[in-house]
Amino acid sequence: MARAIPTSRRLAFTALAWIIGLLIFFPIAWIILTSFKTEAVAIADPPVFVNFEWTLENYCLVGLFPEADAQGNGGWLRGLMCDPDTPQRSDYTRFLMNSIVIALGSTLLGLLIAVPAAWSMAFVPGKGTKNILLWMLSTKMLPAVGVLYPIRLILIELNMLDSKGSMIFILTMINLPIIIWMLYTYFREIPVEILEAARMDGAGLKEEILYVLTPMAVPGIASTVLLNIILAWNEAFWTLTLTTVDAAPLSAFIASYSSPEGLFYAKLSAASAMAIAPILIMGWFSQKQLVRGLTFGAVK
Amino acid sequence: MATQHSRSAARTMMAPAVFLLLVWMLVPLILTLWFSVMDYRPLRGTFECCEGLGNYIRFASSSSFQDAIVTTLIMVGGILLITVTGGILLALLLDQPIWGQGIVRILVIAPFFVMPTVAALVWKNMFMNPVNGLLAHLWEFFGAEPISWLTQVPLFSIIIIVSWIWLPFATLILLTAIQSLDSEQMEAAEMDGASPIARFFYIVLPHLSRAITVVILIQTIFLLSIFAEIFVTTGGGFGTRTLTYLVYQRVIESQNVGLGSAGGIFAVILANIVAIFLMRMVGKNLDK
Repeated sequence: MARAIPTSRRLAFTALAWIIGLLIFFPIAWIILTSFKTEAVAIADPPVFVNFEWTLENYCLVGLFPEADAQGNGGWLRGLMCDPDTPQRSDYTRFLMNSIVIALGSTLLGLLIAVPAAWSMAFVPGKGTKNILLWMLSTKMLPAVGVLYPIRLILIELNMLDSKGSMIFILTMINLPIIIWMLYTYFREIPVEILEAARMDGAGLKEEILYVLTPMAVPGIASTVLLNIILAWNEAFWTLTLTTVDAAPLSAFIASYSSPEGLFYAKLSAASAMAIAPILIMGWFSQKQLVRGLTFGAVK
Repeated sequence: MATQHSRSAARTMMAPAVFLLLVWMLVPLILTLWFSVMDYRPLRGTFECCEGLGNYIRFASSSSFQDAIVTTLIMVGGILLITVTGGILLALLLDQPIWGQGIVRILVIAPFFVMPTVAALVWKNMFMNPVNGLLAHLWEFFGAEPISWLTQVPLFSIIIIVSWIWLPFATLILLTAIQSLDSEQMEAAEMDGASPIARFFYIVLPHLSRAITVVILIQTIFLLSIFAEIFVTTGGGFGTRTLTYLVYQRVIESQNVGLGSAGGIFAVILANIVAIFLMRMVGKNLDK
């Protein structure tokens, strides 16, 4: 900013921006604060903000520190952090593992399919490339509810309802258009001359992709991975309608708090905080790429 | 230059993606189309041909369909109004030289990363609960009667919850667009004595129009299929049943697959109307 702005105006804008920013962030802060309260403090009237006795009890109850298994393995962290009388009410680690497996699995599978496709469209564009790209994007516009029953039916027939494998596949397909698009816009920024030089030096297709392209594409691929993990982690239509026990990720776990446990604010907060924390952190790192990924390159 | 060899290699590399997306799109869609002309009610064991357009006519003429369309339009329209106006104002504010801009930005975009089930449940229980919710305490503090948000103003409540998630998205994209505005143009206008309001309407807004259109179109696509926020708050009750939710109830809850599939096709058509405009804009950008 080259323009000089009077300090008083700058102060006013700063104050206003901070107030609005804190207001928007407040619900998240409130979740985190409440997660460290006892249930009684959580519903105190008038509400208390920071001056209460902080406790890890809710995280113990919800199962952040898992109990030792049947063979007596693990559980040392629980012994360290939790009161031995605090029971473990839910199997948080299992839902967490499902979330991780589904988010990472669908991202990896998506990359495996998308990298070659985006590569070929960016570097060997044909007449139909533009139309293929647009068509791929259009599959993303298909409302999920319109195809819910057939997909459920197919999974039942294949005996794959509520399985991690089927969720990985479905989330891969849902996000594949976004992955291809993002990679495509990144790949297109790589100068073709470099590839030609490599080819002149006798690099085959394999070497070209592995040693020339991949290193240059790493930042683009990394932000694509980040965005895809965020989208897969937060997905809540297919996980709510197609999983029950075995493959249910955190989004379904939280929905099960709907009632009556949802009225136990402190426990709900602990479960919520654990479900959103990893993604919140990742999201902050990827905010710039997010714009490009979510607008399909239309706004940069 | 692409050789014959690299062309065929390129086709091979594209094949898996194209094939999978084609199958993913066509198979379920064809099945839905097929079910939509059948009398298909798995709980009664009926799977009979052929209703023709019967399901479509029955679905479209039911009052629940008309209500659902109205609810969908109010919900999507309300959220768009809040997020786009709010997003423009916030983006303008964040574009000013303020202290701690990076941190404020992080605070503002955070809700976008909160998973929908968490956002809905936390708002429902910890904020909108008429007895222990924070908003109830706030109302009492000002001496007002607390509102039972999700039963008295359920549609408005869901609009607030979803807007909270999507306001960051609009802000982030509009901020990116504002920052690409040529500052010399603004300075020239300022020198010529244009008021801030005139500058906004004659320079900033036209510059933003493209980004605003993109925000509206993308949000509409996502908002048309809002599900989790309704699922955990009202379960489609109290006049919050959107088209998506109505179709879900028909095919999964009441297991009238034929009727629900016809509704699903309506949802597909509705989304496609929006999608055509979005694709056109994105396509134009590809040529550059």
